[in-house]
Amino acid sequence: MDSVVVRELQVIRGGRRVLEGISLGVAAGSVTGLLGPSGSGKTTLLRSVVGVQRVAAGSVAVLGLPAGSPALRSRVAYVTQAPSVYADLSVRENLRYFARILGAGPRDVDDVILRVFLGEFADRVVSRLSGGQRARVSLATALLGKPELLVLDEPTVGLDPVLRRELWTTFHTLAADGATLLVSSHVMDEADRCDRLVLLRDGAVLATGTPAELRARTCADALEDVFLRLVEAA
Amino acid sequence: MIATAIRVLTQLRRDPRTVALIVGVPCLLEFLLKEIFAGRPEVFQHVGAPLLGLFPFVSMFVVTSVTMLRERTSGTLERLMSLPLAKLDLLAGYALAFALAALVQAAAVSALAFGALGLHVGGPRVAVAALAVANATLGMALGLFVSAFARTEFQAVQFLPAVVFPQLLLSGLFVARGDMARWLRAISDALPLSYAYDALARVAGDGPYGGWFAADLAVTIGGALLALAAGAATLRRRTA
Repeated sequence: MDSVVVRELQVIRGGRRVLEGISLGVAAGSVTGLLGPSGSGKTTLLRSVVGVQRVAAGSVAVLGLPAGSPALRSRVAYVTQAPSVYADLSVRENLRYFARILGAGPRDVDDVILRVFLGEFADRVVSRLSGGQRARVSLATALLGKPELLVLDEPTVGLDPVLRRELWTTFHTLAADGATLLVSSHVMDEADRCDRLVLLRDGAVLATGTPAELRARTCADALEDVFLRLVEAA
Repeated sequence: MIATAIRVLTQLRRDPRTVALIVGVPCLLEFLLKEIFAGRPEVFQHVGAPLLGLFPFVSMFVVTSVTMLRERTSGTLERLMSLPLAKLDLLAGYALAFALAALVQAAAVSALAFGALGLHVGGPRVAVAALAVANATLGMALGLFVSAFARTEFQAVQFLPAVVFPQLLLSGLFVARGDMARWLRAISDALPLSYAYDALARVAGDGPYGGWFAADLAVTIGGALLALAAGAATLRRRTA
């Protein structure tokens, strides 16, 4: 069962074809990594899945419904690459606002603050947090209200390795609880933390599969080399 | 709607300098107006009430256009548009928050003008305050709409002279609308602020203000609703 089914998706932005008719599926309950260099169309693909991207052709189905359906708004959570929270509100005030919109309770707010390790900063105004902390506030809002699909655009950029590992553990805990996660990254060493991978390059899907499958297919060990061999073979 | 209003008011509360400016600047201007026409007190009696009623329009226009622009550039608007939040709820939340802020502003300026400065109006003072709130909503709605056409806060602020000043000039505050050239009068007739001014002038005057006052107020509120609808059309769930 796939949570997300993308068929022949084409997106044109500013007269340029960003996605050239790509098709892929995201397995339910998986942590799927979307990897590729910057400019490969990762963000555009994620936006299409969330339903905020105007698409030229093709279809995107999410949890059995067309992407962007009103019924999906409380079931799909999206974290943009740049933290999209109110800089002039505290961590807790930000989360309370989004929780009210989602119909989530105050206990849920406390819970997600702890999940992103911001307990001691809960009452600090976001503008006085570091970049990595802001990114985690943005991530915390996506955890509110138990979404079934989480779409995360480079959620671990700029975080220290310890924190990064803990967030990946959080992602897998969410997946174990039944959620599906689609996580983009341009850092190949994060690929090994994913159950499945989608490699994107120049708006086209280079390969999909588990990290082990891709290694076997290319006879390479480091995922960086896997990517290079796939590019050469294409 | 309430959630958004609480959020916007919390943001305002976190910015005491802006609140001080919103409340303090019109008080200062009202005081200056009284003082520069110290020799001709009838001028203050004539424009004191319209200034009191029109100022919220200007403040809320600026505050909303910048706040909304921040929503657009910080990505929070895109996030909100991906959440189960009706556009109307968002706009109504903004309207409620800024109407409350306008109420505080109008109360402070009224207290000063009607108290220490001795401003006299023929109609009820509460009607002036009510108009101030209606005008604040109009300014907020217009600010929200024009924020869609600004990319930076510099541009947003420039919409003040571009959108607000011509309306003030043509509203009748400076020259009676009946004395304007026909083409100017025609433009003036099409601008909502002209009706807001007319309503204020009717309350300020000593004559009966009954029926036309209600009509002017209705046009002002209608203008605000129209601008809100136009603003709603600029909120897109799906963008290129």
